Amino acid sequence: MLNKVQQLGRSTISSLERLGRGHLFFLQLLTALPTVLLRFPLLTQQLFSIGVLSFLIIFVSGLFVGMVLGLQGYNTLIDFGAEESLGVMVALSLVRELGPVVTALLFAGRAGSALTAEIGLMKATEQLSGMEMMAVDPIKRIVAPRFWAGVISMPLLAAIFSAIGVIGGYIVGVGLLGIDAGAFWSQMQPRVDLGEDILNGVIKSIVFGVVVSWIAVYEGYDATPTSEGVSRATTRTVVHSALAVLGLDFMLTALMFGE
Amino acid sequence: MQKRTLEIWVGLFVVAGMVALFFLSMKVSSLNKFSVDEGYVVEARFENVGGLKVRSPVSVSGVKVGRVDAIRYDMENYEARVTLLIDNKYNAFPEDTSASIFTSGLLGEQYVSLEPGGSDDFLKDGDEIRLVQSAVILEQLIGQFLFSKADE
Repeated sequence: MLNKVQQLGRSTISSLERLGRGHLFFLQLLTALPTVLLRFPLLTQQLFSIGVLSFLIIFVSGLFVGMVLGLQGYNTLIDFGAEESLGVMVALSLVRELGPVVTALLFAGRAGSALTAEIGLMKATEQLSGMEMMAVDPIKRIVAPRFWAGVISMPLLAAIFSAIGVIGGYIVGVGLLGIDAGAFWSQMQPRVDLGEDILNGVIKSIVFGVVVSWIAVYEGYDATPTSEGVSRATTRTVVHSALAVLGLDFMLTALMFGE
Repeated sequence: MQKRTLEIWVGLFVVAGMVALFFLSMKVSSLNKFSVDEGYVVEARFENVGGLKVRSPVSVSGVKVGRVDAIRYDMENYEARVTLLIDNKYNAFPEDTSASIFTSGLLGEQYVSLEPGGSDDFLKDGDEIRLVQSAVILEQLIGQFLFSKADE
């Protein structure tokens, strides 16, 4: 009986410790920003492998999500004779919700898991300890550039996702279903607010970028240095990122759009 | 060479992101939308404002000239007091202009419509519009209709 209680206490303490380590780690990442900016080539390298290589999946998903929204929205709106409002519906759902959230989920799967695996493997093969031996700070040299590249890439990818999605909705709505092109844009423009909708969407995507990148690099850095540990860390990255993004999305939406 | 292509790709990626943001702010939301920068305030008292909200449009002949700045309840006259902010460009409305609350479309949002009168004096900042027509409440209309039917 007492053993069970002890087990519970131990697991609580260890998870709290992990949480604390994670936050200290986050602080180190934030303070490493000047060093990252000074060594710009390192950042460009990571922007390429995190941002540019995620471009294709974001582009294609955005296009299809927009097209599906166009199709589904049309079928619902036509019952009310309001199919001209398709543009507003597509644009608002993309800019406010789907753009940041789906991009963050895809980003966690595409870039986050790769970051964890890369850093975890570096740790397992003792490359990180080797760097420390050479008096090179692995956080500044390896981890921080990856984190900041993720933070920079995420809002850009989310904006691309939303923009391509609106174009996808346009292709289906105007091209296939025959909504008037003028009505599509003119209904959309007065109802989508620059500060209220678009800026809030960008803020969301920045928050998601920070959270997903943070989880990814921390899971990698904190992984048990075995092949099993790395595989577990990679799984945890995707699961925790997805949960964090969806939970945060609810809170941010309540803060931004709830009155 | 390797580094050069890499940097070009990153540059293109950043440009694509910026273009997407630009597209969203210009084409999807349109920056050049109506906003009152400098305007003057007139008041109107309505018996019932219906679903009118702060920021609802104020229009004349269907053209937007301002927006609703505030809606308060006046305890002395038991009426709703609506403050309208009208753009300075439109500063020559006659004093006997009338204000009505209409609904755009059957289910659309409500707005204040002004109809210019014939007076030679113009509305100034802080003036009150006296000729008003309240919002049409659908339930009241139905009630009146049923009542008049019952009389027959």
